[in-house]
Amino acid sequence: MKTLVWVEHEGGNVKDSTLSAITAAAKLGEVHLLVAGQDVGGVAAAAAKIAGVGKVHVADAAAYANALPENVAPLVVELMGHYDAFVAPATANGKNIAPRVAALLDVMQISEILSVESADTFTRPTYAGNAIATVQSSDAKKVITVRGTAFAKAEREGGSGSIEAVSGAGDAGLSSFVGAEISKSERPELTSAKIIVSGGRALQNSENFHTIIEPLADKLGAAVGASRAAVDAGYVPNDYQVGQTGKIVAPEIYVAVGISGAIQHLAGMKDSKTIIAINKDEEAPIFQVADYGLVADLFKAVPELTGKL
Amino acid sequence: MKILVPVKRVIDYNVKPRVKMDGTGVDLANVKMSMNPFDEIAVEEAIRLKEKGVATEIIAVSIGEQKAQETLRTALAMGADRAILVVSETEVEPLGVAKILAKIVAEEGPGMVILGKQAIDDDSNQVGQMLAALTGRPQGTFASKIEIDGDSIKVTREVDGGLETVSLKSPAIVTTDLRLNEPRYASLPNIMKAKSKPLAQKTPADYGVDVTPRLKTLKVAEPPKRSAGVKVADVDELVAKLKAMGVAA
Ligand SMILES: Cc1cc2nc3c(=O)[nH]c(=O)nc-3n(C[C@H](O)[C@H](O)[C@H](O)COP(=O)(O)OP(=O)(O)OC[C@H]3O[C@@H](n4cnc5c(N)ncnc54)[C@H](O)[C@@H]3O)c2cc1C
Repeated sequence: MKTLVWVEHEGGNVKDSTLSAITAAAKLGEVHLLVAGQDVGGVAAAAAKIAGVGKVHVADAAAYANALPENVAPLVVELMGHYDAFVAPATANGKNIAPRVAALLDVMQISEILSVESADTFTRPTYAGNAIATVQSSDAKKVITVRGTAFAKAEREGGSGSIEAVSGAGDAGLSSFVGAEISKSERPELTSAKIIVSGGRALQNSENFHTIIEPLADKLGAAVGASRAAVDAGYVPNDYQVGQTGKIVAPEIYVAVGISGAIQHLAGMKDSKTIIAINKDEEAPIFQVADYGLVADLFKAVPELTGKL
Repeated sequence: MKILVPVKRVIDYNVKPRVKMDGTGVDLANVKMSMNPFDEIAVEEAIRLKEKGVATEIIAVSIGEQKAQETLRTALAMGADRAILVVSETEVEPLGVAKILAKIVAEEGPGMVILGKQAIDDDSNQVGQMLAALTGRPQGTFASKIEIDGDSIKVTREVDGGLETVSLKSPAIVTTDLRLNEPRYASLPNIMKAKSKPLAQKTPADYGVDVTPRLKTLKVAEPPKRSAGVKVADVDELVAKLKAMGVAA
């Protein structure tokens, strides 16, 4: 089988989630990549070095600059004449593009796969990860998105793929990029962090996130996450949300502070290696999945913990 | 303009899903069912656009079993004007749903379709994007803000790094994220009024759409279980555990 993987990149670098998608794609056979964007020669060169990669298609044009699906999907479809499967990371951009590709190819997409069982059979999470379905596709071509936490990252070095320019149809004239408000942080990115400290509704305001959660995160070199309730209340930006409908994370250590442990939150973090929960309610459901639970008032316990580390 | 809002009947978000013993699916017998929460947000947004004078008519559509009538009545009670139920007693996959919706879009000519970004049962996150592809329209997925701007629609989207804004040529397809709005509850008088609002019944065959599934579910299993660990007595014991894991200085 020959598989085309859509490469997500930022600031000239291939994102980690794409490396996981490449590992999943390699289980299907030969892996080629598509790098689309503006001034992406450097990304293409980096992509060609990823272990196991054959060919890298590069579409370098303004129309591909912001991963607009109206422009990228037709480009993918044009290339798919030569491929048996299309694979994208299950990130906001991957989820935006892949179903558009699938419908244009008349294929039923398989979302957020956890494993490749065979060339046509995969497992995927449903019902907030409470039911793992094994599904077999009868479509001639497969369209797949990959859950990053379920696959190891392909090595960034070791490959020597060839690079080939493609032009594509360019701007479909349907959409344009206006701007972005991207959260800036010195801390590690949530989905690739080794340690995460997350805060919930109990934090009460954004000031407490700064004075209580962040110092602990800084001590641990951790990323900061949050529950939906904390995001909805405006304590932290939307990209902090961990859960069924936010980010899926699986760090070495996940510290849940003042988070009750609703199934929608657990769906995003229960594959973490070690879970630590700090909650004043000893009946909180988060304790049912926590390796170490501390029943305490977070306003006392967290500063004390930060101080003693 | 008309706004089309597709809605799905799903397990209520407060219910913990249980996998059936025989591994064929999730047990939905005697389980509370509700409108998919993201679809409630979609209905609410359509109503707000009507209240602002942007939308003239709101059409709610559901593809599913007869019981999805209840879900459509909820949409009507919230403020949708009429409803279409496309009845299928077997599950229709996102691709089939998108194909049926594409036919309804061709028939009704809505200026905007607002859908939920994902259904909390199959978690596929596909229908809006597929509908956009099949109708050749632009897509504003994971919306946290929608602004009508002449012939275009400005959509602020929740993305991995924060927020992003795109401008889409009308007519467009939009999918909702959690922060778009807070859906209203239907009032009792409106629930009564909804009972007499028009609800048309169709089948996939009426639209000439073949909904034969492309994916076969071979098995449904529970995820590996995590068992509860231990409670530590105080912060000192937690510090000791962290040190044992090699993270603390
Ligand atoms: C469609 C849909 C999608 C959703 N998606 C997500 C998602 O992706 N991610 C997500 O997180 N949620 C999601 N949710 C929301 C989820 O159902 C819960 O409402 C949410 O996770 C609760 O957040 P929380 O734990 O911070 O708040 P709460 O449930 O209110 O819990 C607060 C906790 O803090 C504890 N507490 C209070 N004060 C203190 C104190 N001083 N010290 C210590 N502990 C204290 C309390 O005991 C309680 O356990 C979704 C819901 C829906 C309907």
